[in-house]
Amino acid sequence: MTTTPRWRALTHHHLFWPVAVLVLLLLVNVPFTPDFFSIRMTDGHLYGSLVSIVLFGSPLILVAVGMTLVIATGGIDLSVGAVVAITGALACSYLSDQTDQGALSGVLLAMALGLAAAAVCGLWNGFLVARMGIQPIIATLIIMVAGRGVAQLITDGQIITVNSEPYKLIGGGYWLTLPFSIFVVAAVVAVTVALTRRTALGLLVESVGGNAEASRLVGIRSRRIKIMVYVFCALCAGIAGLMISSNTSAADGNNAGLWIELDAILAVVIGGTSLLGGRFSVGGTVVGALVIQTLTTTIYTIGVPTQTNLVFKAAVVIVVCLLQSPKFRAKVFGARRSGAKGGGTPDTSPADAAPAPEAAPRMEVS
Amino acid sequence: MAEPQPVLEMTGIVKEFPGVRALSGVDFRLFPGEIHALMGENGAGKSTLIKVLTGVYSLDGGTITLDGESVRFGSPLHAQHAGISTVYQEVNLCPNLSVAENIFIGREPTRWGRIRWKQLRREAAELVDRLGLDIDVTAPLSAYPLAVQQLVAIVRAVGTGDSDGEGSGTKVLVLDEPTSSLDRDEVLELFRLMRRLRDEGVAILFVTHFLDQVYEICDRMTVLRNGAHVGEHPVGELDQVGLVQLMIGKALGQLEELHDQQLHADVGEPFLRASGLGRTGAVAPFDLEIKKGEVVGLAGLLGSGRTELARLLFGADQPDSGTVTIDGSRIPMHAPNDAIAAGVAFCSENRRTEGLVPELTVRENIILALQAARGWTRPIPAAQRDELVTRYITALDIRPADPEARVGRLSGGNQQKVLLARWLITRPKLLILDEPTRGIDVGAKAEIQKLVVSLSEDGMSVLYIAAELEEVLRLSHTVGVLRDRRLVARIANGPDITTGRILETIASGEDQ
Repeated sequence: MTTTPRWRALTHHHLFWPVAVLVLLLLVNVPFTPDFFSIRMTDGHLYGSLVSIVLFGSPLILVAVGMTLVIATGGIDLSVGAVVAITGALACSYLSDQTDQGALSGVLLAMALGLAAAAVCGLWNGFLVARMGIQPIIATLIIMVAGRGVAQLITDGQIITVNSEPYKLIGGGYWLTLPFSIFVVAAVVAVTVALTRRTALGLLVESVGGNAEASRLVGIRSRRIKIMVYVFCALCAGIAGLMISSNTSAADGNNAGLWIELDAILAVVIGGTSLLGGRFSVGGTVVGALVIQTLTTTIYTIGVPTQTNLVFKAAVVIVVCLLQSPKFRAKVFGARRSGAKGGGTPDTSPADAAPAPEAAPRMEVS
Repeated sequence: MAEPQPVLEMTGIVKEFPGVRALSGVDFRLFPGEIHALMGENGAGKSTLIKVLTGVYSLDGGTITLDGESVRFGSPLHAQHAGISTVYQEVNLCPNLSVAENIFIGREPTRWGRIRWKQLRREAAELVDRLGLDIDVTAPLSAYPLAVQQLVAIVRAVGTGDSDGEGSGTKVLVLDEPTSSLDRDEVLELFRLMRRLRDEGVAILFVTHFLDQVYEICDRMTVLRNGAHVGEHPVGELDQVGLVQLMIGKALGQLEELHDQQLHADVGEPFLRASGLGRTGAVAPFDLEIKKGEVVGLAGLLGSGRTELARLLFGADQPDSGTVTIDGSRIPMHAPNDAIAAGVAFCSENRRTEGLVPELTVRENIILALQAARGWTRPIPAAQRDELVTRYITALDIRPADPEARVGRLSGGNQQKVLLARWLITRPKLLILDEPTRGIDVGAKAEIQKLVVSLSEDGMSVLYIAAELEEVLRLSHTVGVLRDRRLVARIANGPDITTGRILETIASGEDQ
């Protein structure tokens, strides 16, 4: 046994594998872009690959953070991409009707309108899932499909462009030398962590996702909690929608946030939150989203042909998922890791496997 | 009957699951033209035996002989082709299809790949008619109540044998608790059909929890206990008391008295009163009063409705009749929240599926009920939380004494203690314990029983459910006896109350 306790504690930390993958992906870029890690100052703004990864990854991080809570309750939200489109469309179409697009009050109102629409979408999802008992994947499919139509209606099928300095700030501006969106992301992540860990919300969400029937019998009002997380998730998507439309100064009902739900789900999974619900990690999700954004960047920098970049992405994702699976690691690195048994590896512990045989002969339920 | 040949003979049947021997050398015989009851408590191996017979499970040992030929079924379909048809407790039909389609589903009469609808309907109508039923086969199944759907399932099962065998038809019909959700008239209708089939020579294997029904319709019975065959008797030769003794494996007269009166005598004001509380298919309407500081024990065979009764008192299932009054005010019982707010706590018998959240820690599981009552915006302050958790881990001797341990990894006894701790920190007024000592070691068992006594001394009411009658008697001021999903007696505990007396009540259904 050469592994020291400290090393073991490190490798068994829930963020170890996501971070390891992220670092590895970043390093892959160095041979292709030697100054990959360098950050330089131009016109009082910081530039560099790392900054761009965070900047372009901001909407994904936001959406994925909201998705984390939904997945933790055992649900899923496919509608976030459409919510991104609706929010951007509503905010931009309101703004473009203003005579003075630069007025702060108009911009704030446009953003409030967009976010209100997002919240309504979230309420609808939560209502269908928690009140009507519709499976989350079906319930949220409704807005996923219909939402883009709504966005098209708002923009009359056009791409609406706006020309507003204050609005441009959210997704494309700089503040204290850094892209402003990084501050938005940091604020949302901080609020989410505070909301879930400073209050009991996180515990109740994990309980509902971990064992819904036990949660009901312990008196948790799981409907309320579910509605709340769907609204929260939609609001996160809404902020991402503002960010995307702000970055391009345009609302594109068709393409804004297209397929972002899939990347977000992937980010949550890479971050170590199980799709079955229960334990979640907001930090893990942020790392997961950064992994995906880095992967996208890497694909461009190492010059994978455009036709094959989805295949390349898929291959990397498969490797990442396999690396995260304790079962796979046990198989591949089995000999080396056998000594670490019982040290806190997630899932597949003998205690978890035990109930199956116990349950078998109790088939008789009256 | 002059020694006819059994149509079905199972000899030395063994079925093992990892770590458990579900059936150890069970013999079972079934004669043509008889209704044969398979009796036993839950977990005795009835369902396993049926599943081995019908090819759902493979056989680990023993032989099955059907009509003198040794058989071994690889799948339910295989068994069906050989003439063994099964109807399960839940109706497995398609409500959106017509009755005729349901009867012939999967074996529709066809010509050149096309279904011959006219023939299908005609044959279905003939079959229904022959069995003396009045059902329109063209109507969708969903148009009929559950009881009729059950009859259709039987018609389908009988019909399966008819058209598939070489004229042999269904030889064996297995009915696994078909009556559990039927009312009295519907049961009579079912029995009429069963008698008719029996008279046609079909051998019927009938599983039910209702003792009265066994004596009403069956000719013979086989009793299983803990996966072993403990008796085969003509119904007339074994009375209900004898049957119950066989099922639970204890003779009424010979029971050792373990009755130590450590209970305090005085119980206070009424705390909870249920009147006419009931739920169709779960437990018949009952009246029950629980006083402050009183321990009410529930006795009855497994499946007699003990758990169902407890769940109604907690609002885990919604009652469809009756009212619950707690401390003088009526409680709506729409959801567990209502009961919890009134001071009722419920430790389910299914610790893993209805109690704990396995991937959360001991600490999180312990504070869950209290936190749920406070709402998510008011987290329990960390210092107070840690103090509470440590106190209860110590008081109940939960091992490992690590609040960060994942609850799914604890042993059964320790998981039970975590559940108890979860509710005790909410300071409930009534604690419902459903099989709190099941599957845990002797030491933990004694600790939990001691705890119940001391809680009751402190004025907490307890509703205590356990399979062990001695346990119920030792702890309870009052014993409620359930039988066939009915609360049949409430017996005030005293020196002259013995387990034998309770067993007699369970067997006879009346309080002598």
